[in-house]
Amino acid sequence: MNWTSFDTWIVVVGALCALACALPGCFLVLRKMSMMGDAISHAVLPGLAIAFLVTGTRASVPMFLGAAIAGLLTALFTQWIMRFGNVDRGAAMGIVFTTLFAVGLLLIRRAADHVDLDPGCVLYGAIELTPLDTVSVGGLDIPRAALVNGGVLLANLLVLTLLYKELKLSSFDPDLADTLGYSSQFLHYLLMTLVAVTTVAAFESVGSIIVIAMLIVPPATALLLTHRLLPMLLLSAAAAVLAAVTGHLGAIVVPRWFGFESTTSSGMIALASGLIFLLAWLFSPSQGIVARRFRRALDPPPLSNTETETT
Amino acid sequence: MPDFSDIFEVLLLQNYNTRLVVLSTTLLGIAAGLVGSFLLLRKRSLMGDALSHATLPGIAIAFAVMVSFGGEGKSLPALLLGATISGVAGIATMLLIRNTTKLRDDVAMGFVLSVFFGVGVASLRMVQDIPGASAAGLESFIYGKTAAMVASDFLLIALVAGAASLLSLLFLKEFLILCFDDGYAASQGWPTLFLDILLLGLVTAVTVIGLQAVGLILVIAFLITPPTAARFWTQRLLPMLLISAFIGGVSGWLGASLSALTPQLPAGAVIVLVAAVLFLVSLFFAPERGVLPRFLNQAALRRKEDRQHFLRAAYEIVEEQASGGSVANRSFPFEALLAKRSWSPHQLRRILRVARREDHLEPTPPGRLRLSEPGFGEAARVTRNHRLWETYLIQYADVAPSHVDRDADMVEHILGAELVRELEAKLVGALPDLSVPPSPHPFPSPSA
Repeated sequence: MNWTSFDTWIVVVGALCALACALPGCFLVLRKMSMMGDAISHAVLPGLAIAFLVTGTRASVPMFLGAAIAGLLTALFTQWIMRFGNVDRGAAMGIVFTTLFAVGLLLIRRAADHVDLDPGCVLYGAIELTPLDTVSVGGLDIPRAALVNGGVLLANLLVLTLLYKELKLSSFDPDLADTLGYSSQFLHYLLMTLVAVTTVAAFESVGSIIVIAMLIVPPATALLLTHRLLPMLLLSAAAAVLAAVTGHLGAIVVPRWFGFESTTSSGMIALASGLIFLLAWLFSPSQGIVARRFRRALDPPPLSNTETETT
Repeated sequence: MPDFSDIFEVLLLQNYNTRLVVLSTTLLGIAAGLVGSFLLLRKRSLMGDALSHATLPGIAIAFAVMVSFGGEGKSLPALLLGATISGVAGIATMLLIRNTTKLRDDVAMGFVLSVFFGVGVASLRMVQDIPGASAAGLESFIYGKTAAMVASDFLLIALVAGAASLLSLLFLKEFLILCFDDGYAASQGWPTLFLDILLLGLVTAVTVIGLQAVGLILVIAFLITPPTAARFWTQRLLPMLLISAFIGGVSGWLGASLSALTPQLPAGAVIVLVAAVLFLVSLFFAPERGVLPRFLNQAALRRKEDRQHFLRAAYEIVEEQASGGSVANRSFPFEALLAKRSWSPHQLRRILRVARREDHLEPTPPGRLRLSEPGFGEAARVTRNHRLWETYLIQYADVAPSHVDRDADMVEHILGAELVRELEAKLVGALPDLSVPPSPHPFPSPSA
């Protein structure tokens, strides 16, 4: 295995991406809205396509705006269908994102002759190519994706530190937040905006579905290890970075075992975060399967009265 | 632009090239509409989402296995078998996470969806490097590739779709009880676990055959959109199933036909958009639960409430003026009416405008109001109903007299004539008789 600066940059981009996703992801998981990440990340497709068709370039800013607006519209439409149609949240979400995805697919196919916007690229990204597209900052060539994801990470950190207690309150008790004067509606849409922006920044490098793995899996892992918000945020950040590093390593090493050349890092990052989740699931000191088994073996529950009576 | 006869040829299945495609998406739509209804009622719509994403690694691995055994690697049944196995593994993981951790459904679904899809992407990429075997067509399972359908594929799809539809109709009663009250079903001795597994099995089957036709992302829409649309049209299960199957079938038929008529329109996307349009129509216009009819109903109820509030307030003012004597229809100032309830002057003026239009008010000098003869009669009737209701609440529901006014206020507007008669029968003697005095002259007998 030969590790190059290329690989370092891939890991850095992956880690920044995963970190940026894990922070809003924690709140998505706590608000029982994990699937919203799924919906938004599918639904950004038409935003991208329209931005491209209107401006005719693949410049970042219009694409970014288009996708962010599409993401926010997904949240909005879902809310409307839920409220006005009395529809279950899951169903409302499913309808909105599949429809938007279909619109995006149509737009892209219609323009396919003179466009090189590949829907495959949207779904699973091209993290391997990110180190090629660099921007010179202070004499140092830094991949554009690293800058974009780093910027989003900083923005997420900023919002999170500024509104930490508001977000915490509205995640655990939206009604109390409302009565205390912090609009939980506003915070909901703020969070959705964060998710949309983060998703857009991330999917260029890792693809729109792996983004969901980055949004949900590290926070879910953290939730298996702790029940407090701040440790949860830190743990999920750690799990995110670990997944990015081991995922890329795995992408280089694992295919050899089966006699293949190589594979995509983004897919392997998703797999790695899944495996980290599996470890936490099995070995978490408080809730892990093994720990619970042990506890049961060490101190068996006393026979209750009803049981002795029936035997 | 295709001309008229082309359109008819495709829509009526007379065109050989498109017949198979249109028929199979129609059948798929019907099956998905039926199975998806149960999924929706069980509040597990997004299960199809997680499931369909989880099929991807199975496709790639099935391909790799077939190639390593020296095959060509493109046999549809084998690929779909792989998809089924990994889909089932996905569901199993989801259920395991839900049952052994404190994480909720949404997290379990998101986990399975993204991690399995990640594995799928990684393994697709790996098998693409296999020398001598072209895996290029595998990606079409993500977006669907309807046009590339041959007769044997159609047979497979038709068979599975038919079986799934038949099974969901056969197990109608069992699924009904499972969807509406699984606890009750279990206590009555129904095998809920088996039924749940059967339902998920049907969902898996429909998803997997949908992969070929519309792709793994858009097949989700097939499972969710028609049932949700059908839900607006009815409150009963069987009609809902039929409407949902109809909407699914029509989307599949129209969508596939449209995409066959215009090159470059991928069938999956068009089908989803047709279904989305049908959903929007249902959302707004369905008579049972649509947004527009419900809005109109609410507006009518609000108008009725306003009218009754106004009439009763007016009657009570006139009653106070009579101070114990017989109540006669006199004029009263606007301010007295305004003080009766918590309505703003603007609101009250709007209500009064409606009352004038309905001939409940007589023309009066500004600032004074006077009920018309029919208005006064109606006011007496409304007030009487209110008091009947209050008396009932005090006598039978033990509501404190100080609270009874508000409680009666909340329920009285939906009183039907039937209920009023029942109240009268119950409360005989509790209220002074307000009935019309007996006629002073004899009636001519009808036989004469």
